[in-house]
Amino acid sequence: MACGRSSTVATTLLAVPLRYSLRNLWVRRLTTVLTALGMALVVYVFAAVLMLDAGLRETLVGTGEVDNMVVIRKGSATEVQSSIDRGQANIVSQMPQVASDIEPLVSRETVVLVNLKKIATGRPSNVVVRGLDAQGAGLRRQVQLIEGRMFRPGSNEVIVGKASAGQFQNMALGESLRFGGRDWQVVGQFEAGRSGFDSEVWADGEILMQSFRRVTYSSLVVRLSDPSQAAAFAASVEDDPRLPLQAKSERAYYEEQSETLSRFIRILGLSLTVIFSIGAVIGATITMQAAVATRTAEIGTLRALGFQRPSILMAFLAEAVFLSLVGGVVGLGLASLMQLTEFSTTNFQSFAELSFGFSLTPTIIIQSLVFAMFMGILGGMLPAIRAARLSIVEALRAA
Amino acid sequence: MPGPSCTWRKGGSKMLVARLLFLNIWRNRTRSILTFVGLMVAVLAFGLLSTVVQAWYAGAEAASQARLITRSSISLIFPLPASYGERIRHIDGVDQMTYSRWFGGIYKDTRNFFPQFAVDPPTYFAIYSEYRLSEEARQAFYRDRRSAVVGRRLAEEHGFQVGDMVTLKGQIFPGQWEFLIAGIYDGAEEKTDTGKMYFHWAYLNEELKRRRISRDPDSVGVFITSLADASRAAEVSLAIDGLFLNSPKETLTETEQAFQLGFVAMTEAIVVAIRAVSFVVILIIMAVMANTMSMTARERTSEYATLKALGFSPRFVAGLVVGESMLLAVLGGLAGLLATYPAAWAFQASTGNLFRHFAVSPDTSLMQLWAALATGLVAAFFPALRAYRIRIVDGLRAI
Repeated sequence: MACGRSSTVATTLLAVPLRYSLRNLWVRRLTTVLTALGMALVVYVFAAVLMLDAGLRETLVGTGEVDNMVVIRKGSATEVQSSIDRGQANIVSQMPQVASDIEPLVSRETVVLVNLKKIATGRPSNVVVRGLDAQGAGLRRQVQLIEGRMFRPGSNEVIVGKASAGQFQNMALGESLRFGGRDWQVVGQFEAGRSGFDSEVWADGEILMQSFRRVTYSSLVVRLSDPSQAAAFAASVEDDPRLPLQAKSERAYYEEQSETLSRFIRILGLSLTVIFSIGAVIGATITMQAAVATRTAEIGTLRALGFQRPSILMAFLAEAVFLSLVGGVVGLGLASLMQLTEFSTTNFQSFAELSFGFSLTPTIIIQSLVFAMFMGILGGMLPAIRAARLSIVEALRAA
Repeated sequence: MPGPSCTWRKGGSKMLVARLLFLNIWRNRTRSILTFVGLMVAVLAFGLLSTVVQAWYAGAEAASQARLITRSSISLIFPLPASYGERIRHIDGVDQMTYSRWFGGIYKDTRNFFPQFAVDPPTYFAIYSEYRLSEEARQAFYRDRRSAVVGRRLAEEHGFQVGDMVTLKGQIFPGQWEFLIAGIYDGAEEKTDTGKMYFHWAYLNEELKRRRISRDPDSVGVFITSLADASRAAEVSLAIDGLFLNSPKETLTETEQAFQLGFVAMTEAIVVAIRAVSFVVILIIMAVMANTMSMTARERTSEYATLKALGFSPRFVAGLVVGESMLLAVLGGLAGLLATYPAAWAFQASTGNLFRHFAVSPDTSLMQLWAALATGLVAAFFPALRAYRIRIVDGLRAI
């Protein structure tokens, strides 16, 4: 322990060795474990909320491509609400900013919500069914077939996203789904890099329109010849008097879709952590308070040996910070296990099921550890001040 | 220092034991107050979370079993032909029939979201008798096709008054839509949702045709039927769906309660997460409380031995530990329970229109009390066991 160094004491402000703080935690194992556990749970909730929010954003932002634009009707917030007729679609596809590869790279899409039963609960939830034309799949670079094949144009075949297949009944290869008065054969499964498309079902656009007796498309997805043309393209859609439409970059469109749910998760989660952290800070205070009380004589001895008040303060504060870091690391460990799970709920904005994961980013790791340390400092401060203010004589008398 | 008293006699004074418990708690004031505050916060958080979960289900609970909702079997976004209404009305067992259509307009900003429905006012308000309109307002509303009524809560939130013009920007039905507020309805019960706006379906339908909006004219979102006999719900549902089987627009009929629960089920993952988190807070406080009790008991080892030496039974000594823990838990729990009411009020005030019915139920209060008692018991278990087992010789030696 620290007592061996008394020779240099008189001259400099000597720090109490860190080992002293660490070993004290080890000596009172049960109390340390209980206090750290309380903090770990708070950090776990804190990190899990941030991870969920990050996962949601990654999923929805990742859904968009930089050089793709989504065109929907003015005033509509989602593709499902929007409608675009064939004439309008033709005008848009002839705009100069649109990339072309023999034909203009424009996908005319029909998006509907279909009520299907979930595997876990047997209860129905809404799935996005997207009808695409020949261009559609090509405009999404991140989409890859992982099983089976693409649907044949003009057929009632569908391919399902990986997340949908995991969540809903009858989505295995060879099975069929019933909606819109038809049976739809599942012929393939695709993966879209954990983006929103993973939670969709894709079918042939014309056939989908026929079976829902629709004459209008829901949206157009447009590939720009150059991403820098985005503003120009949006302006020309906006300014064309024939078009009651609006164009947004695909990224911005999907980011908007995540707004409400993301805000909800953050507000709820963070207000919870603030409340919970009060409990954990109190736990730390109690523990440190007891640590100071039982070691009054020891503190007196340290002071008598020449350790100054700030050194004592730092030693106890260090103990509290170690305690909270142990809690923080354990909490983060628990939270990182959440990455193995998938969270699936109805997105408030699109009114459709969306699967997303918990995503642990370096920022969240740092935030969580800083948060844990902050709790430790807050909880340890008062007891540490008390320890530092003990007068040598009184402290030694307590022995 | 109030030590064990020798005036204690068998059955002599329970008061004295109670006094001892109180004084024991008061011995380490800081620690007790901190534990008390921690418990209070945890019980408060637990109560708030339970209330959030209940508020989630509030819509379904307020929903009736004697009303059926008929919607498109594909999903809610597909409207049904208004002509279905007459056929439904004539089904045996159906008492009254009405219909509504979701409007989905934005009032000034997307943040001001509130539901708006186009309905047939006389039949709608006949079935939904829990919405109370004054006779005067009723007359005015029924007479003027461009008028609307709003619920009390909605009116208060946005400062709507009778005679105001409210302009909505259509998301599904493009354009600006103006409505004159003809009246404000109240709820029959506190649970009744008064956060919606109703206007004339006939007006919407006319305008759709006049403005040439290709959004399924002559269609409604759902049909609502009231039953003379609620026990025939299943039979009537099947009869309704049977009418339209194999037609291009098949229907799905369920009780209003099941319909509302369907919405809840869509966001079930969030409810499950909130539930899980509300138990985490109890775990946190258990860790904190267990820590407090184990420290308390450790400090008093010699005292317990003395009590035993004086002839008190081990059970009495263990009882002292449990009693102290329970007393603290109950005090903290009660404080948390009482604090839940103002906190719930503040929570609703700050979240605005997120929850329509947010009140602490008796069940919640009871759960809070149970949680506090459980915390007290669990926290006391090991310290009490130790106090029970301690040998007089060992305990006294510790001095």
